[in-house]
Amino acid sequence: MSLAAAQGFLSPTGVEIAFLLVGIATLGAAVVTVTTKQLVHAALWLVVALGGLAVEYLLLTAEFVAWVQVLIYVGSVVVLLLFGLMLTKAPIGRSPDADSGNRPAALVVALAAAAALVWVVVDAFRTAWIDLDGPAQGSTKVSGTILFRHWVLPFEALSVLLLAALVGAIVLSRKDRTTDREGQR
Amino acid sequence: MTTPTLAVLVPLLPFLGSAAGLLLGRTAPGFVRPLAVLPTVAAFALAVLVAVRQGGGKAIDAATQLTPTGSVPIDLALHLDGFAALAAVLVGLVASCVQIYSTGYLRGDPRYPSYAALISLFTSAMLLVVYSGDLMVLLVGWEIMGICSYFLVGHYWETPEARAASLKAFLVTKLGDVPFLIGLFALAADAGTFRITGILGAVAAGGIDHPTLVALLLLAGVAGKSAQFPLHTWLPDAMAGPTPVSALIHAATMVAAGVYFVARLLPVFAASAAAMTVLAVMAAVTMVGSGLAALAQDDIKRVLAYSTIGQLGYMSGALAVGDRGAAVFHLLSHGAFKALLFLAAGVIIHAAGTNSLAAMSRMRGLTKRVPDAYWTMTVALLALAAIPPFAGFFSKEAVLVAAEHTALGDRDVAPAGAGWIVLVAGMVTALLTAAYATRLWLLAFRGRGAEAPGLHQAPDPARAGETPSRQPLVMNAVLWVLAVPSLAFGLTVGPIDDWFDGHALTPTVTTAVLGTGIALVGGLVTYATWRHTTAMAARFPLGAVAPHPQEEPAVSQAEVIAPDPADPGRLLLGPLHRHAAAGFHLDAVYSALFVRPVRAAASLVSFLDREVVETYVRGAGSGTNLLGWAVRRAQTGNVQTYLSALLAGSVVLAIAAVLVAAGA
Amino acid sequence: MHLAYPAVLAVLLFCTGLYGVLARRNAILVLMSVELMLNAVNLNLVAFDVWLRDALHAGQALTLFTIAIAAAEIGIGLAIVLMVYRNRGTSDIDKLRDNAETAGPDDAGPDEKAEATA
Repeated sequence: MSLAAAQGFLSPTGVEIAFLLVGIATLGAAVVTVTTKQLVHAALWLVVALGGLAVEYLLLTAEFVAWVQVLIYVGSVVVLLLFGLMLTKAPIGRSPDADSGNRPAALVVALAAAAALVWVVVDAFRTAWIDLDGPAQGSTKVSGTILFRHWVLPFEALSVLLLAALVGAIVLSRKDRTTDREGQR
Repeated sequence: MTTPTLAVLVPLLPFLGSAAGLLLGRTAPGFVRPLAVLPTVAAFALAVLVAVRQGGGKAIDAATQLTPTGSVPIDLALHLDGFAALAAVLVGLVASCVQIYSTGYLRGDPRYPSYAALISLFTSAMLLVVYSGDLMVLLVGWEIMGICSYFLVGHYWETPEARAASLKAFLVTKLGDVPFLIGLFALAADAGTFRITGILGAVAAGGIDHPTLVALLLLAGVAGKSAQFPLHTWLPDAMAGPTPVSALIHAATMVAAGVYFVARLLPVFAASAAAMTVLAVMAAVTMVGSGLAALAQDDIKRVLAYSTIGQLGYMSGALAVGDRGAAVFHLLSHGAFKALLFLAAGVIIHAAGTNSLAAMSRMRGLTKRVPDAYWTMTVALLALAAIPPFAGFFSKEAVLVAAEHTALGDRDVAPAGAGWIVLVAGMVTALLTAAYATRLWLLAFRGRGAEAPGLHQAPDPARAGETPSRQPLVMNAVLWVLAVPSLAFGLTVGPIDDWFDGHALTPTVTTAVLGTGIALVGGLVTYATWRHTTAMAARFPLGAVAPHPQEEPAVSQAEVIAPDPADPGRLLLGPLHRHAAAGFHLDAVYSALFVRPVRAAASLVSFLDREVVETYVRGAGSGTNLLGWAVRRAQTGNVQTYLSALLAGSVVLAIAAVLVAAGA
Repeated sequence: MHLAYPAVLAVLLFCTGLYGVLARRNAILVLMSVELMLNAVNLNLVAFDVWLRDALHAGQALTLFTIAIAAAEIGIGLAIVLMVYRNRGTSDIDKLRDNAETAGPDDAGPDEKAEATA
């Protein structure tokens, strides 16, 4: 922490430069995700943003989280979203009504929230310094150790949650006979 | 049992009978008649016993105090003197007759149980007034009579005129009762007690500071109860009640209460010459006005009602000249013959199927139909017209003698002017009384024309229940019972003055000759006019009479009088007839003086309520509506809108919190 | 590395997701925006975990849990969206207005017509 005073913002280290560049790319991809008129493109831009985040995790020495991010988010969630788009017959190409009429309000709220949060965060952590030296803190070994030594009970509970979600999703999306007949009417 | 104990039982018995009748009226209809008749008759017997024991001697006083009541004690007190004993006998007699008569008159009436119970309660209240030795206890009976008269006059509450009449009776008597109450308090404050003996002692000692004020306030209540000008207007309308109720109210109870009250407290009134003069003027106006009005009425019961007002005027006149013996004497004889008149009129109305004298004058054979009523009514009318030797002659002469003595200065209880006023008015009224009595008799019993209609025809569907196909025996028996005192009560004039203050009540030659002569003149003139008008009317075709007998009395009367040329009253009164028939438009005056201002005030209040108060109410309602509308506008159903608002609020709160933290 | 870099990046990503949630019409795009917000939080968790050198690595563990929960959430969410789409023929959020307050029978509001037809 005492190092923070010595490290100014005007003399970034190599890691910081990399983080900054990847962060800009990630943010850009996220902005495009929420603003693009093409729905499928939005999902693909989301892949970019999530992948950028995985790189940021790596830069923060959290290897395991980074790989999980890639596997789960980029691998499965985005695929799920694409399936969802497909199943709801989302239009391919530009759809002019991708944004609702709530957009100005959303913009105001988002900008106000961003301004307030950035101000608060910068004000609070201006001098905080992350020491990335030493052994990696998020290696697979470390993560596995703490996960199965200290966090095993929440881990097991989470598996039950996942099971419940699985069952719930099946029940919800199953084509019921009666609803099916009503749907085809 | 001691005499006070017996006297306590006299009002108590009808009260218990009334309570039992009200309780058992629905569950045990078989007990209703015994419960109505027996306590009243027993009370009558006890009242006679009390009168015999008291014997006109020294007044018996008994009192007990239930609970301390502050600076001015209120006792349950009895004050039994000759007046009280005799008045109680009269009340008991008339009430017993009315109860017995009602069993026949109202048989089949679905509301007979409550009716009989109210009659008993009424009787009990009057007996309480008569015997009470404490003004507060007297007031209790006084007010119970007021409310009972309201219920009884409104017995046929299906008809609008009965409802209006009962309300009118209640309101007009209450109009007098308010100053009466204030007068009672002023009197008690001066005398320091509500006991009558105490008050009379205070008066004798000159302890009353404002005798004129107190007397005038009390007179207002008396005028209301005893139907004296100008508060008499409720009495003719009270004819909407059943005939026995009219008999009870007019003869013995309600209207007598006022006169009796003044008689009890006469020294209080006598202490103020102004009050006596006011009383005399009131009595004179009442007498003459009611005599004229009675001559013009068509409804037989209204004739009797106005005659009651006139006879009460005589009593007030006697009180105005300070002779309460004469007043109560006239009260007693009038009670007997007026009860008889009303009960007989009830029988006649049954038989004729109409109240209208004009209609009766077109009927032949009414006398054969109801011979008992014919003979007893003749007796009663002779008594009313003060023809010797009937009861009314002696009592009326007693009044006139007292007035004459006062006018000539032989008595100095009242101012001489009051004596002259009463004397002259009494003479004029004697003439008028004889005239309307004769007219009533001629029109009712000397009718010519078609045969009287069948008895099975009910005059009014609402009263079908009271119309028996044959006159019940009890009704006729009661008439003869009452005919005896009407005929012979006057003969007791010699011994009876011992019961009162001791002044001789026997007639003197001057007034007797003068009064009887005037009465005869009145009767003969009416007869002559009647001969003339019937001869004239014989030349006219007889039109339909009383086309709407079930209408309001004033309406049917106006319809009947206009085409009836056989009425001697029209010729006698001349242009005055129209005004007299309407009671000299006093109701219109009241309407202009009280009813219309009150209605105007009421409409003002309702306007304020509608336009001012309700504006606030409506404003509150529409304000809430507006807010609700605005809030509902926000409920668009769009989740994103909700979320935007929620997050915007969160951001604002967070910024505020940060600013506060930074500021602190 | 300055803590401010990942923290600010997380804030910006979060607000971008916020904007997407509020402004997007398609329910699936809204879900994507929710994923962005979740990832911003994850970034925060990891950064602070590294900064604090937590012995239990609570931040990273919670990140893993969040990722798992997000996967479950996206599964359920998509199932719901599919069912809505199947029942209604649309997955546009601003067309799902069954909870809107309709004008009452005794209402005299001036714009009730416009509101009801919106």
